[in-house]
Amino acid sequence: MIIQSIDYAAVAPPLIVAVAAVALLLGDAFDAPRRALGGASCAALAAALLAVVALAADGDRRATFCVPGGLRGDGPPSCSYVADQFTLLFQGVVLAAGVVVVLLSLDEITRARMPAGEYHFLLLAATTGALTLVAARDLVLLVAALETLSLPVFALVGLRRYDGAATEAALKLFLVSVISAAVMLFGVSLLYGATGAMHLDRLAPALGRLPADLEPVAVAGIVLVLAGFAFKVAAVPFHFWAPDVYQGAPLPVAAFLSVVSKAAGFAGLAIVLALGLPAYGRVWGPLIAVVAAVTMTVGNVMALRQRTAIRLLAWSSVAQSGYMLAPLAVGDHRLPEAVAATTAYVALYAVMNMGAFAVVVAVQRRGPHSRWDGLDDFRGLARSSPAVAAALAFFLICLAGLPPGVMGLFAKVVVFRAALAGGVTWLAVVMAVNTVIGLYYYLVWAVRLFAAPPAGARPPVPDGGVPVRAAIAAAAAGAVVLSAAPQLVLQTVSNVT
Amino acid sequence: MIAIPLAGALALLLPPDRFLPDDAAVRRYGAAVSGATLLVALSAAAAFDYGDPARVQLAVDRDWAPAIGLRFHLGVDGISLPLVLLTALLSFLCFVLVVRHPPSAADGARVAHSDRLLVGLLLVLEVGLLGTFTALDLVLFFVFFEVVLIPMYAVIALWGGQGRRAAAYKFILYTLLGSGLLLAGMLLIAVNAGTLDMTELARRHGAGVAHGVQVTAFLLMALGFGIKAPMWPLHTWLPDAHTEAPTVGSVLLAGVLLKMGTYGLIRIALPLAPDGAVFWAPWLGLLAVVGIVYGALACLAQRELKRMIAYSSVGHMGFVLLGIATLTPVGVNAALFGNIAHGLITGLLFFLVGAVKVRYGTGDLDALGGGMLAEAPRLASILTFASVASLGLPGLAGFWGEMLALLGAYRPNADLPRETFTTFMVVGGLGAVLTAAYFLRMLAKITHGTVPDDRRAAALAADAEPAAPRPETAEPRQVATRPRADAAAIAPITRYEYAAWTPLIVLTLLVGLWPKTLLDVTTAPVRALLGGG
Repeated sequence: MIIQSIDYAAVAPPLIVAVAAVALLLGDAFDAPRRALGGASCAALAAALLAVVALAADGDRRATFCVPGGLRGDGPPSCSYVADQFTLLFQGVVLAAGVVVVLLSLDEITRARMPAGEYHFLLLAATTGALTLVAARDLVLLVAALETLSLPVFALVGLRRYDGAATEAALKLFLVSVISAAVMLFGVSLLYGATGAMHLDRLAPALGRLPADLEPVAVAGIVLVLAGFAFKVAAVPFHFWAPDVYQGAPLPVAAFLSVVSKAAGFAGLAIVLALGLPAYGRVWGPLIAVVAAVTMTVGNVMALRQRTAIRLLAWSSVAQSGYMLAPLAVGDHRLPEAVAATTAYVALYAVMNMGAFAVVVAVQRRGPHSRWDGLDDFRGLARSSPAVAAALAFFLICLAGLPPGVMGLFAKVVVFRAALAGGVTWLAVVMAVNTVIGLYYYLVWAVRLFAAPPAGARPPVPDGGVPVRAAIAAAAAGAVVLSAAPQLVLQTVSNVT
Repeated sequence: MIAIPLAGALALLLPPDRFLPDDAAVRRYGAAVSGATLLVALSAAAAFDYGDPARVQLAVDRDWAPAIGLRFHLGVDGISLPLVLLTALLSFLCFVLVVRHPPSAADGARVAHSDRLLVGLLLVLEVGLLGTFTALDLVLFFVFFEVVLIPMYAVIALWGGQGRRAAAYKFILYTLLGSGLLLAGMLLIAVNAGTLDMTELARRHGAGVAHGVQVTAFLLMALGFGIKAPMWPLHTWLPDAHTEAPTVGSVLLAGVLLKMGTYGLIRIALPLAPDGAVFWAPWLGLLAVVGIVYGALACLAQRELKRMIAYSSVGHMGFVLLGIATLTPVGVNAALFGNIAHGLITGLLFFLVGAVKVRYGTGDLDALGGGMLAEAPRLASILTFASVASLGLPGLAGFWGEMLALLGAYRPNADLPRETFTTFMVVGGLGAVLTAAYFLRMLAKITHGTVPDDRRAAALAADAEPAAPRPETAEPRQVATRPRADAAAIAPITRYEYAAWTPLIVLTLLVGLWPKTLLDVTTAPVRALLGGG
């Protein structure tokens, strides 16, 4: 029997959130008021965020759930859960975005008549999965965390039980999730079969000295693991669930999928590639390059054709996945730089995309049956609410990557730089073309905000109460600060990776 | 210097009811801010050490994001100083014009807080332009390069002519494509050389970067800058943008924005990828010459004044690009000279055409008819002056740029095929003749000849009835839809218009008569950039 000592400080963030999730579910069973549940949910995430900040300030690399000394042999320490600066950065992003999602949800829960206790429980459970995923350093924990992240989300998507679209979206997401999990597990089992290692720090050297006859097995395993992650981050050709699910899901859940879930997916991908599979960079590098190029192109081109805000955001977030993948296309050549670029892009993207979602949540007025988020419905927003319109325009310009949205510009610059440093010039050119396509639809939307409202229609009035306004304000403040001082993120990221 | 317009633009974000509530006050404020900027630019020019123009002076150099080697590095040398002055001057003159003649959209659509927005946008534009010309860090350069896009887009889209939306989209999408390729090219060099600092990169002169990388990077950068410049066949955004933009937009677009492309080629593409430059120079020269001839021929076919001048820009920038393509100090000097001259002259021309459009309600050559010298002698004289300067009459600014560019093409860099460039020179010379042809055709058409009958009749009627309503300058373009009778009395040139035009006229003469003043400043740094050549 092995008795492990657990570093509870290291696992504090996911632990806090998980405990809070259970507590909220119980609280709902005892008829706790809805507002209290929301507040508690927010507080739990904030507490976890504080824990992350404290850990980051402490600066030590903490690792726990390690292989005990007796079994380790002369191998590396092989810890399953590592809270290093990279982990903490992603946990910070996940938690901050989580707080915003909860803020956005408060009114939505009432409006859409969703059960508050379940909602918050599922949300926090999924967040726990995301927090664990970014800290996981072995394949089993990685898969388990990924499932913990996915399973609650499709329940969340289908929580509006009376809505056919929501049910369809939930079913779609469920099927895609299950298939991707199966594919990934198969890939993991192939890798395990080929190398006999589960921990990434053992997998990497094992792959490096793999006999030639096992190589096809390892390659197949790598491809399948990548495919599993590609589902998660909605990369082409595994993207088709995204628009329908975003549209059917409650908007805050769509925001969660597009920011938290995606950030965690990219963290997992970066961890696996950089720590576990650098030896096969020549295999997955070109593969990711092609996937990135196709993803950004398809996402952008499809986004051009969208007429509703939420589908446009869905396709644009597919396209943004392409940009985030692009640095990883370098293979094992200057990989740390590439991981830093992806991380920076994910962090900056989280702020601006969350902001755009927050405004859409504020502006949408949808009853159980009628939808209200066509792009034309945004006309005249600048008249009824200049501040909200300015915020949305700013987020869109950031996403397009133009000044005054300097943060978006720098996000693009680091991605270009990493791709070029890794020698994939053609991908940079594809990206250049794609930024143009992207600019068009972001700009069309932004211009509509300032256009006159259609004749006879009232200009849209953002509502959604104090929490949503707070969410918009927080995202806008983040975007402005990061635009004035993008080095905050760039510095942190490069120190971390 | 950059801080002043930036602070000015930020101040305009304050609520309108508390800060400068009046539109006219906002416009005067804009003029004051840009005037202050001009003063700073002038004092920078005065403080500049002309004994050593190749050295970067008045530099600001701070760490910004050390993680990616980014520094906040600004400074001027002999190449950028004239352009900085030109920018500050033209911006100021635009503001002077705006004080009295605020633009309005063609269909009369009013934007909330219109003047406030315009002044703010123009100030941001100025920030971007000055920043581009002073940045000495590649990423910083790129940031400023991009800052220009959104304000210019908004200026065209909000205050432009009939087809302004499409023109504005075309402008921003086209130029963003250029920027994307440019970014790829610049970073390709940067990651291979390991620094983003332009002075350092220029000092190394491409050492340590492989030939293939340089060729690729130069191609990407040339495409990027070529779209901005614009280089044939990447120019198609330009006529639309120019035609639809309001006068101040056209002036800044032609006078300064285009220079960003050629400045970038000289400042970044040539010194960073010299091998690539040698490889691509004949092609660049070919496109430049095609641009010269094409621009001239297109001008001959134009019936609209603004469009014609826009196409003439394509031709003039062709000379500038030809100068750059020679890769010799003479040629590059010619390019820089042509830049300044084109900025002055075309800026003036766009001011004038704007004035003509305001007064006659149309820019169509046939509709204008002839006889402007009789109707509005002063306006017509200045127009003649500007056109003659633009076609390169010796003694005026336009001459030296073209002449030196052709001279440079006669004796290109030793690594380049001599015969090809001699051919370019001959064809370019033909293009210069064509340029003369279309400007003279334009002058013959609108300034000389007799006043069209309907307008003369209307003028007589107006004389007979002195109280006839004059066209209001505040809503000029509606004149086009009114009966011609209203346009009869041509408003005299206002003081503000004189104020905006005179400096340009004087400088055109000055630079044309004493080209040495400008050439002295640019020669040394050009030699340094070309590696002591």
